Amino acid sequence: MATFDFDIYSLVGFQAVPPDWPGGFWWHWLFFTVVIISFVLAMVMGVIYIERRGMGRMQSRLGPNRTGPFGLLQPVADAVKVLLKEDIVPSAADKLVHWLAPVIAFAPVLVIFAVIPFENGALLADLNIGILYVVAISSVSTVGVFMAGWGSSNKYSLLGAMRNVAAVVSYEIPLVLAIVGVVLIAGSLSLNQIVVAQSIPFILLQPLGFLLFFAAGCAEINRSPFDLMEADSEIVAGFHTEYSGMKFAMFYLVEYAEAVAISAIITTLFLGGWKGPLLPPWLWFVVKVVLVFCAMVWTRTTLPRIRIDQLMAFAWKFLFPMALLNLFITALQVLAGWPTQLIWAMIMVNFAVMAIMVLIWSRFFFRLGWGRIEV
Amino acid sequence: MALRTEPFVLNMGPVHPSTHGVFRMRATLDGEVVIDIEPVFGYLHRGIEKLAEQRTYTGIIPLTDRLDYISSMNNNFAYCLAVEKLAGIKVPERAEYIRVIMAELQRIAALLIAVGAFLNDCGAYFTPFLYMFRERERIVDLFEMASGQRLTYNYMRVGGVSQDLPEEFMPALRKFMAMMPRFLDEYDQLLMQNEILIARTKGVGILSKEQAINSSASGPVLRASSVKWDIRKADPYSVYDRFEFDVPTQANGDCYDRYRQRVEEMRQSLRIIRQAMEQIPPGPVKADVPHLIRPPIGEAYARIECPKGELGFYLVSDNSIAPYRCHIRPPSLINLTALRDMVRGWKVADLIIIFGSIDITVGEIDR
Amino acid sequence: MKFERYGIGIAKGLTVTIRHLLRHPTVNQYPEQRLNISRRFRGNELVWNQNKCTGCGTCAKACPQGAIEIVTATNMAENKYVVEKYQVDTGYCIQCGLCVESCPYEALYFSHTFECARYRRGELVQGKEDMLETPERKVSGYFYPDKANKLPKQTLLVEKVTEKR
Repeated sequence: MATFDFDIYSLVGFQAVPPDWPGGFWWHWLFFTVVIISFVLAMVMGVIYIERRGMGRMQSRLGPNRTGPFGLLQPVADAVKVLLKEDIVPSAADKLVHWLAPVIAFAPVLVIFAVIPFENGALLADLNIGILYVVAISSVSTVGVFMAGWGSSNKYSLLGAMRNVAAVVSYEIPLVLAIVGVVLIAGSLSLNQIVVAQSIPFILLQPLGFLLFFAAGCAEINRSPFDLMEADSEIVAGFHTEYSGMKFAMFYLVEYAEAVAISAIITTLFLGGWKGPLLPPWLWFVVKVVLVFCAMVWTRTTLPRIRIDQLMAFAWKFLFPMALLNLFITALQVLAGWPTQLIWAMIMVNFAVMAIMVLIWSRFFFRLGWGRIEV
Repeated sequence: MALRTEPFVLNMGPVHPSTHGVFRMRATLDGEVVIDIEPVFGYLHRGIEKLAEQRTYTGIIPLTDRLDYISSMNNNFAYCLAVEKLAGIKVPERAEYIRVIMAELQRIAALLIAVGAFLNDCGAYFTPFLYMFRERERIVDLFEMASGQRLTYNYMRVGGVSQDLPEEFMPALRKFMAMMPRFLDEYDQLLMQNEILIARTKGVGILSKEQAINSSASGPVLRASSVKWDIRKADPYSVYDRFEFDVPTQANGDCYDRYRQRVEEMRQSLRIIRQAMEQIPPGPVKADVPHLIRPPIGEAYARIECPKGELGFYLVSDNSIAPYRCHIRPPSLINLTALRDMVRGWKVADLIIIFGSIDITVGEIDR
Repeated sequence: MKFERYGIGIAKGLTVTIRHLLRHPTVNQYPEQRLNISRRFRGNELVWNQNKCTGCGTCAKACPQGAIEIVTATNMAENKYVVEKYQVDTGYCIQCGLCVESCPYEALYFSHTFECARYRRGELVQGKEDMLETPERKVSGYFYPDKANKLPKQTLLVEKVTEKR
């Protein structure tokens, strides 16, 4: 039975505080809190703009272009509009639950950014259980969504919230297994160590893991093609139907902040974080996050959405076995010492494994989900 | 031990993002599975059949525009055929060819909207919808050149069409015909083989051949259930017997087949237009018909193949300047009677998709 | 085995969308850029030629909505009708064009404008003086090809090449 000595100074490990940082770690935490909040809000506004313009160009039209030059002030206009709206609460709603839901949905998303490195050693807290912390905290926002669905006393919202809970819980598993593959190669759970260990980006060493993480990540954050939780054309707006004003803005913010969070995690785990020539590291980080987000916008524009039972079947019958096999093969390769010695063989073998497994498993894809039920 | 659940009623109200107009459905659900469905319509009733008894025969033509407002040329066509049958008026050759070109162009435009709206319901967030509208814009420009309006054309008259085509029409039509097949191929590439779409629509909402025939379905819905019935071939009207085109059918009768059927019909319409463009003769475009027509006492029923099915007009005349009775057979309403059997046992998401694949326009259902 | 289903369908769709990113969008910035509308455009207002009109009332009889109201008086001195009141309620009008087609003296035309919004419904009713032809209210070529040829050509989307950037 191990005891551990919880010493707060030991969390502030080896390189977290630069040696000439004035004032010690309270100032460090204050500085990084300000940095994270402003980064998240600025990125969310930028990302909303990119999505609307990018989707517009792909649909052969322009995006918003009237508010400010090239429509750059459109997110500001959205924020102002949403602040000035009347806050309507349905009379049959559970008032406390209805009020608390957006808060519980939004807080964990901000907290995830505490362990993501912007530069070598520049993160709020260099936990040596970094990625485990991320996985644990990101599940808490599901509780907020479910509270929103329940507290609205609306059948559509309840349908949407139930679907959301089922989907998020199911997709946690392939997500975690894809992460474990990367952790095995890097040898540490701390995100800063993972980035430092990427001499070549892990997307080349774990292509199947990247695809799994991308698909499971899109499902976690309710983005197309898995956006049936807020499917406009079916259940009006899902769990946030009955929300207006600032509370709706919080849910809107949650969706995009989670997208930024997943993009940031993909960048640190698979694309090499802040590494790159020429430009300063934090700029590389921002560029990579934006690139991953552009890939999400691309899939949103093109793909139709899938149904709830197909969603669950996709998670359990398609992604989960592939994630297990990926983990197994990666573990064998790490045991044999390939990441350090035979790195090119590892890349080629992993790509071949990805192609073969996707081909084999796709044969089962069309039988996913139930058909017609006899009534 | 089974959990006791009870079904609840979900009202997909008249104002809904994807009910294609003001149409209301009350669905009884058990969890997510649809047990029963009750459609409620009448929210767009404007009394067109009653108004028609008080307008002259020429004055009813603007009213028929507004029935199925997406394919307005076809409505005009059906009505003019009915009056010409009633009064025994012969239409000149050039007018027949112009009518066929307009009707087939309108068929392409209406099928574009049907396919775009169906894919929008499947969840492909407006992208195919906007591409469809871009192609439809090209067709609507041609119509604007000929008739002056973009949605309710009022172009056909009893005895022909109201004006001849302007001289820019044929070159523009040729350019359109050159670029359209490429667009249909690009469209196939976009979504026809998409695995998510196939998983979502194949095998969903099957309408078997017997059910389709028994419920009087018509149009693409019927042909996708492997019944080879097209009024242009079975009961030809106007000059359709001079053109060579196929009637495609699909094997299964599920939503994917209906989607595929509509795209194939667009290709056949392009063939017809190409042949009509070559064969069109010069000449007058309107028969010598007075403004106030007085047909002899009698009745007539004329039907055409409109993009949604069989549109029929039944006119009874009592030798006055207005019809005694005008009844319209709306294809959307008759196709909708098969909805309940198609939907039971599927989930809410499939309900929306099946409903979108039947492709209704509420203006026709409620008249 | 057909290779097209194992994720290739999704990949094909993605290439179509990314190709559109590089194309010029088919949009038009109204009201800074206005396209030329059709020469035969059925505008929102009617243009009345006072000299040719004889007050026969054929247009009022042809209108399915009953939007035209004509009051005439006889002028025995010149042996013709004088049109005292010629009023069109453009709110009732459905722009069908049957009145323009039925006029035997070619005295009624459509206007070539569509931006005629008013603040009150009563202002939509137009009397004799508002309906004359002015340089702002040009005459549209609906049913009259000689007037149509004087108007600028319509901008067509098929003419605009959207494949190149």
